[in-house]
Amino acid sequence: MYNLFGAAFRIAAKDIAIELRTRTAFMSALVFAILVLAILYFARDPTSVGAADIAPGALWVTFTFAAMIGLNRAFLLEKENAAIDGLILTDVSKSAIFIGKVLGNLAFVFVVEFVSLPLFVLFYNLDITAQIPGLILVIVLATVAFVSVGTLLSSMVVRTRFAELMLPLLLLPFLVPPIVSAVQVTSRLLAGRPLSEVTGWLNLLGGFDVAFVTLSILLFEATLAE
Amino acid sequence: MSSSTGIARAGQVFTILGLVAMGAVFVRAFAFTPTEATQGLAQKIFYIHAPAAIVALMAFSITGIASIFYLWLKETRLDLFAAASAEVGVAFSVIMLTTGPIWGKPIWGTWWSWDARLTSTLFIFLLFIGYLVMRGALTDPVIRGQYSSVLGILGMLLVPFIHLTVYLFRTLHPEPVIIKPGAPGMPTVMLITFAMAVGAYLILYLGFVAQRYALAMAQETRLEEAGDAA
Repeated sequence: MYNLFGAAFRIAAKDIAIELRTRTAFMSALVFAILVLAILYFARDPTSVGAADIAPGALWVTFTFAAMIGLNRAFLLEKENAAIDGLILTDVSKSAIFIGKVLGNLAFVFVVEFVSLPLFVLFYNLDITAQIPGLILVIVLATVAFVSVGTLLSSMVVRTRFAELMLPLLLLPFLVPPIVSAVQVTSRLLAGRPLSEVTGWLNLLGGFDVAFVTLSILLFEATLAE
Repeated sequence: MSSSTGIARAGQVFTILGLVAMGAVFVRAFAFTPTEATQGLAQKIFYIHAPAAIVALMAFSITGIASIFYLWLKETRLDLFAAASAEVGVAFSVIMLTTGPIWGKPIWGTWWSWDARLTSTLFIFLLFIGYLVMRGALTDPVIRGQYSSVLGILGMLLVPFIHLTVYLFRTLHPEPVIIKPGAPGMPTVMLITFAMAVGAYLILYLGFVAQRYALAMAQETRLEEAGDAA
């Protein structure tokens, strides 16, 4: 009926429309992000550690924690009234469902990130005007990395007991490569270094994206019980 | 029922054999293997630590491979086997992660170092604890098998990425003292003791996995019987 991406976009649009009606998850994730940014600012000794020194780490801890709030939501929606069964029964391919869910989650996380980014700049008193393209690149690469694995895992954990507890437990080991890379790139960029200095990290992030997006699409079918 | 008792019996035999072999390795390591010149007695822990690490990582790889085959063949026994191997792998990881720092403190001067091998084994250990916790939170055997397999396969792909991450992290932040736990050329006597230790641990691995697998099989059979009766 639809091609792969047509169907995926419709599923993502459906999820975004549901989110726009209530905005509960979005508001919670955003306020949560602002709280974490503010708390991390004070989580240091101001006489020996400058705010700019902890800024890259604070940014990525905030982004990942806030994203995790949103990730469970995508499949919790489908669990209600067994809506996922209806989705599987349509002639849409399983890969399209997964890509749609990833796109919906990406939209959600990107909005949270790009709304909290200016606040981050404000709170930590940074000047990022020259670094915006580089920052956008690293935010996109790292977000794709943890949203793809996170979406796959959240499709499994919604069926377990203690779903909210289980997602961070299973997802955090997979976040080590993307978060470490993103923090390294961000700190170089904020220090005014050129992107060419961090090609190793960008390659790692890109490689992680390709490997885990592919594997997640392949494995997604196994997370759907009939 | 009968096949699982047979496997359990075999597992017990292997476990006893493995324990005896390990006792023999200890005797050989202390009485018949020369003490290392620079590290002294601390080096003896190597005969426990390194074989445990090898067997733990082997156990996790076997879990990953069994997971691939499970998704392909949908055979419950493969999932039970993968889980048994993961559980034994976690047990051996605990040996690896506790004996490592005990050796590291006198030799490296620090309990812990964030080098590539330590970091990746730590995270793979935590991931497989998550794997076991998730299995405990699922009751349907088919769903449990599929989810565990997905996690096992993802985990296998994660290891090289964590390795690469730490490698890049290190090259950009060189340590004042470069600590490398690489194996120096070993005299044959030590090598034989080491090989014997690996052999003993492999036998123990087989014994533990067989027993754990037999237990899971028996549990499955009991659940099925209970399901049929109900």
